[in-house]
Amino acid sequence: MEALGLLLHGFAVLLTWKTLVLMMVGLVLGIFVGVLPGLGGPNGVAILLPLTFTMDPTSAIVMLSCIYWGALFGGAITSILFNIPGEAWSVATTFDGYPMAQQGRAAEALTAAFTSSFVGSLVAVLLITFLAPMISSFALKFGPPEFFAVYLLTFCSFVGLGREAKHKTVISMSLGLLLAGVGMDTVSGNLRMTFGSAELLRGINFLVAVIGLFGISEILLTMEERLALRGHAASISLRVVLGVWKDLPKYWVTLLRSSFIGCWLGITPGGAIAASFMGYNLAKRFAKDPESFGKGRIEGVFAPETAAHASGTSALLPMLALGIPGSGTAAILLGGLMVWGLNPGPLLFVEHKDFVWGLIASMYLGNVVGLVLVLTTVPIFASILRVPFAAVAPMIVVSCAIGAYAIQNAMFDIWLMLGFGIVGYVFKKIGIPLAPFTLALVLGNRAEDAFRLSMIGSGGNLKVFWSNGLVGSITTLAIVLLFWPVIDGLLGRVGLTQRTNATSR
Amino acid sequence: MSQTDLEIVVDDPTAPEDDSPSVVSSGTIEIIVCLLLLTLAVTLGYDNWRTGASWDATGPEPGYFPFYLSIILGGGSLYGLIVALVAHRKAAETFVTRAQARRVMAVFVPTLLFCLVMQFLGLYVASFLLIAGFMRLVGKIALWKSLLTAFVFTAIMFVTFDIAFDVIMPKGPLEAAFGR
Repeated sequence: MEALGLLLHGFAVLLTWKTLVLMMVGLVLGIFVGVLPGLGGPNGVAILLPLTFTMDPTSAIVMLSCIYWGALFGGAITSILFNIPGEAWSVATTFDGYPMAQQGRAAEALTAAFTSSFVGSLVAVLLITFLAPMISSFALKFGPPEFFAVYLLTFCSFVGLGREAKHKTVISMSLGLLLAGVGMDTVSGNLRMTFGSAELLRGINFLVAVIGLFGISEILLTMEERLALRGHAASISLRVVLGVWKDLPKYWVTLLRSSFIGCWLGITPGGAIAASFMGYNLAKRFAKDPESFGKGRIEGVFAPETAAHASGTSALLPMLALGIPGSGTAAILLGGLMVWGLNPGPLLFVEHKDFVWGLIASMYLGNVVGLVLVLTTVPIFASILRVPFAAVAPMIVVSCAIGAYAIQNAMFDIWLMLGFGIVGYVFKKIGIPLAPFTLALVLGNRAEDAFRLSMIGSGGNLKVFWSNGLVGSITTLAIVLLFWPVIDGLLGRVGLTQRTNATSR
Repeated sequence: MSQTDLEIVVDDPTAPEDDSPSVVSSGTIEIIVCLLLLTLAVTLGYDNWRTGASWDATGPEPGYFPFYLSIILGGGSLYGLIVALVAHRKAAETFVTRAQARRVMAVFVPTLLFCLVMQFLGLYVASFLLIAGFMRLVGKIALWKSLLTAFVFTAIMFVTFDIAFDVIMPKGPLEAAFGR
């Protein structure tokens, strides 16, 4: 049980006053960001990232991941009290959460939401604690072809399994990969796609793009909507909390099922949104009286919240073990790692033990502290919504600008941020997904390096991606996933007997 | 249950009307975006081809990887263009209504001005002007509240970034006058 020893070491790294204070600050900022309309997990992390530039990596990641946990908690508050999902993954929480609030059971619903979030994250963190070190030590044997195959798998599964129109995912991804290549070529030192501009020499910074895509564009989108809201205020008493907790064992099947769905969809790029809906639908299907869902049933809050949080947390597993983020927010955290001078990938577990185990320990601690914090402070955070958006919007713009400028001290980045804000606004409105773009932009250079190194090694022969069993099966799986909709269609038509034929294409 | 069930009510007096006429349809925007992406793909593809998109003695040339990506991007946007053109004949979905466009511009234009003013007056003064101006003119919030909020927020930002965390921001004549 080496993992346990290292985890204890992680707690030791964490238990200093400075880190604990940063943790609280992160959680409060995160809940704040989660409650505010037009801001959410990825936006919050992206905007607040510059705060951490001068910190050491461990404090920085603790604070940032706490912002993320806080945002996850905060999303549930507005869903239940106002019927406004703060995040796309809290949509399913409104189905039963808001009816409960209308019946005067807001406190119960909130307790259920926070508790199940906690359970979901806990299961996912346990998974990370024991699985991530194993995966990363396995991945230490990877060479460039294996890494490229894993990147390919990530990209292909986005295209094949995503819900958006396929060509839009392809556009978003290839654009991200292309923009990642702007500037100095890391292998040869040549300049590419700069068109003689000195500003483009540095390349397009990932974080600047993210701040524009998620921060500025979100403000523009939020302004389009009617911002009036009407909801319930609630405070949670200890008696309600204990009452809900006492009933918790009755729902262990739902909790476990949702945790499992969440972990699975979090590691694969299915994401928290799909997980929350799937958790809700399965809970409904397996219930004895499905028609009572949607009318204020506590299980309808447990199921999606557990799944969403398990998924949001387990998305960090591939990021830690392989350097491949499982979600948009994880991609931003990965961008943060690079800013702090860490090289994401399996070596992280060897070279930066303090950092990795500090982060994993902070997931445990952050969730416990977060749970206590939200249970006690809900009334304060619910009243944040009284602050008019006309005051919040310019403050967010200023925070975005500070963030974008601080990364490279370049005025050009401010304009770049504004440009990406417009791009993000338009893309979101015509259904081009932003997550593949984010992922491609952060992984682009590493994917290209892996590809070129494998090509140099093999003398330009593409067979290198099938040169041994491991890399061969990853590459084949990637291609299967890329054409999954086609294969799935064929399977349906030809019948299951010819499954082996179809998948070996 | 010891629970206060007070209602929280927030109004939005300048909300966009629901029946506002459409300015432009989603299909049109999709066509424009695909055309722009296609142009970008061709431009970048040409640049990479010029840099060298084939093989030399050391392996793939710098333009090799991005060249093929430009082809993928070009293919994707060409396909998107065709899909959008075919779908365009059917009933158009609204991209933005006039009332919505007005609201979006009410944020975008001040943001643009903020970025411009920042070049000359520095970030902190520009922030103060943006927040105070936006609250007063767009949000119709009382002048003293707007000024106070803007001042407090800018001051907190200055203390956090400039003094506590040593993150350098663009500064202008005002900061220079105070010797910072």
